[in-house]
Amino acid sequence: MNIDHEYRTDISRGWNRKHILGLQDLSRDELNIILNQASEFKRLANIGETKLTPLAGTVVANLFFEPSTRTRISFGLAAKRLSADTVDFTASGSSLSKGESFVDTAKTIEAMGVSYVVVRHKTPGAPQLLAQHLDANILNAGDGTHEHPTQALLDIFTIREHFGKIGGLTVTLVGDILHSRVARSNIWGLKKLGAHVIVCGPTTLIPNDIEALGVEVSNSLDDVIERTDCLNLLRIQFERQRGHYFPSIREYAHLFGMNKQRINRAKEDVLILAPGPINRGVEITPDVADGPHSVILGQVSNGLIIRMACLYLLHLQRIASLGTAG
Amino acid sequence: MKSLLIKNGRIIDPSQGLDVQGNLLVEAGKITGLCDDTATADEVIDATGLIVSPGFIDLHVSLCEPGFEEDETIETGTAAALAGGVTSLGCLPNTAPVVDDRSSAEFILLQAARASNCHVFPLGAVTKNNEGKELAEIGQLVAGQAVGFTDADKPIENAEIMRCALEYTRMFDRPILNRPQVSELTEKGQMHEGFHSTVLGLKGIPAAAEEIMVNRDIALAELTRGRIHLMCVSTQNSVAQIRRAKAAGIQVTADVTPHHLTLTDQMLETYDPNYKVLPPLRSQEHIDALIEGLKDGTIDVICSDHTPHAAEKKTDEILGADFGIIGLETLLPVCLQSLITPGHLSWSELISKLTVGPARILGLAKGTLASGADADITLINPDIRYVLERNLIKSSSHNTPFLGKELQGRAEVVIVSGEVRYRADN
Ligand SMILES: [Zn+2]
Repeated sequence: MNIDHEYRTDISRGWNRKHILGLQDLSRDELNIILNQASEFKRLANIGETKLTPLAGTVVANLFFEPSTRTRISFGLAAKRLSADTVDFTASGSSLSKGESFVDTAKTIEAMGVSYVVVRHKTPGAPQLLAQHLDANILNAGDGTHEHPTQALLDIFTIREHFGKIGGLTVTLVGDILHSRVARSNIWGLKKLGAHVIVCGPTTLIPNDIEALGVEVSNSLDDVIERTDCLNLLRIQFERQRGHYFPSIREYAHLFGMNKQRINRAKEDVLILAPGPINRGVEITPDVADGPHSVILGQVSNGLIIRMACLYLLHLQRIASLGTAG
Repeated sequence: MKSLLIKNGRIIDPSQGLDVQGNLLVEAGKITGLCDDTATADEVIDATGLIVSPGFIDLHVSLCEPGFEEDETIETGTAAALAGGVTSLGCLPNTAPVVDDRSSAEFILLQAARASNCHVFPLGAVTKNNEGKELAEIGQLVAGQAVGFTDADKPIENAEIMRCALEYTRMFDRPILNRPQVSELTEKGQMHEGFHSTVLGLKGIPAAAEEIMVNRDIALAELTRGRIHLMCVSTQNSVAQIRRAKAAGIQVTADVTPHHLTLTDQMLETYDPNYKVLPPLRSQEHIDALIEGLKDGTIDVICSDHTPHAAEKKTDEILGADFGIIGLETLLPVCLQSLITPGHLSWSELISKLTVGPARILGLAKGTLASGADADITLINPDIRYVLERNLIKSSSHNTPFLGKELQGRAEVVIVSGEVRYRADN
């Protein structure tokens, strides 16, 4: 029931990072370590090894200061698959009780024997803050509009699984780049692994300075669809639109929605990702969402193994640091 | 009252074009003048190695009393001012209640007299309750000794109200101090809009949010022949517009803060709320333009924009944190670091921005060491290096990004009305 020790250390050689706060910080090698570790977990899962024991006896805290059912369940299950105990904290409102700071809350929970903290928060930089104040290893589950590293890693993992590589591919991120933490993390990760990245959306949803990250900017999906290997359709976050970034949902769907006509003009093996929940009929028409190019459900299961890989690598770092500390 | 002799200092007084080594005599609370080595006095201060400057004047400071005593009081704020070498300050009406009538201005004067630290000059509200809707009782406020008018951190958004305010204050020859900022463009913004806001995922505030209102205010000052003072300008294009307006003879003045001359938007990478200020910290090309503006006289004044916040208002998460940092006690060292050390300004030019400049705008007979002037004097130690520790800070708030940093330069001795009110601890 346990992973072969020799093989494991081979995959994780070179990993000594305490936290996973974002893909901006990670090197190409570190990204590959995570992806390879995830491949290994996927191989084990495919042969029926779904319950592994490396984190037995440890506690993973899932601190969700911003609601997200899918991500919370995915992280919780990842921890359980590695045999960790979990504690969940979900803040109901956007803020905590008066006078109690976010760091204080996290410290209180950490005091319950927690070694790994998964944190989702509406404020950019919240995981960095915990990394400064806690002893636990921190895993960012999305901080405001900053980064969402595990979502990007699962996107990248899914692309690599399909094409066998990342280098040389053209990946187009479509939609609300301005407010998207998924886009930011994806850009860092994909660029480091050698992809050509296009960000595509209405001018109002693309930040002015995004070219400095080494991406191509397009305001026309029709212009870029033919040379795209992989489309990642970001969810339009209606709650952020305030009614003036674009005139109507119908117009958005007309300009940037993925539909049959656009599929017909795309490469034959174009891959379509969407970090759900998707708005059917907006970012993507139902026939395309459920069609042969779409790997939306595959992404969900890959999300689980990516999160397992991240937790597991943080665990290896922790053991190594405890070993050297004494 | 004791007479004071300040010996062997480098006396710099830009109001008289003075930069000499010598002695300065003070009698009965007034400056007597330069004197030779034979002079005597009740008290002698050895100013060897120190710069003898007119006391600094900070154009606009938040003292938070009444209403926000958890952040600062007039007593603690003026103590911080003294420790920073500031002998006079303009006190913003961002209080609760707002200083929008005569009695509220007089309350500020009363508390300042009780504290007996530095001089405090009330700035009155332009509009009732700083709401931007109806003019406050400006004439009554003048009677209550208000020296200028401002809605403090709230920009005067309504152009018609601004026009009336500029016309009305012409009767009293008082300036309107406005914070140029179009709120539709700053809403929910956390930092300068640019490369770093994109990477950090924090909503940006574009430079245009400031520049649009700078343009409007200049147009209205031209129309009304009123006096507009633009607070805390921070962008390249603001400086260019002010430069053109001054050349055209429009009555516009401007100030800049030391932190906008030193820190860039890149500092937000740490998500430290102590870098969250309004206007936001900008990029290097904006800083370069601000320094150019100081050098050629486009920007008249450097002021701390002292904005104290109790710890719970500068929470650990950046989205929840209030804007602003304290600045009185770091005013001099940060100016030294950003302007003197790199050779952008001479000491005389810097002191001018801290004395003559603000005195002119507020119409104060201060900021000079001329014979007969009030003896408000700051003795500067330009060489001393120290780490800014919490216990050195006299302000009751500690929201500053310079905490724990090494600084150079400080006020060594501060004299107000001929009385030594502050000496730096050794
Ligand atoms: Zn200012």
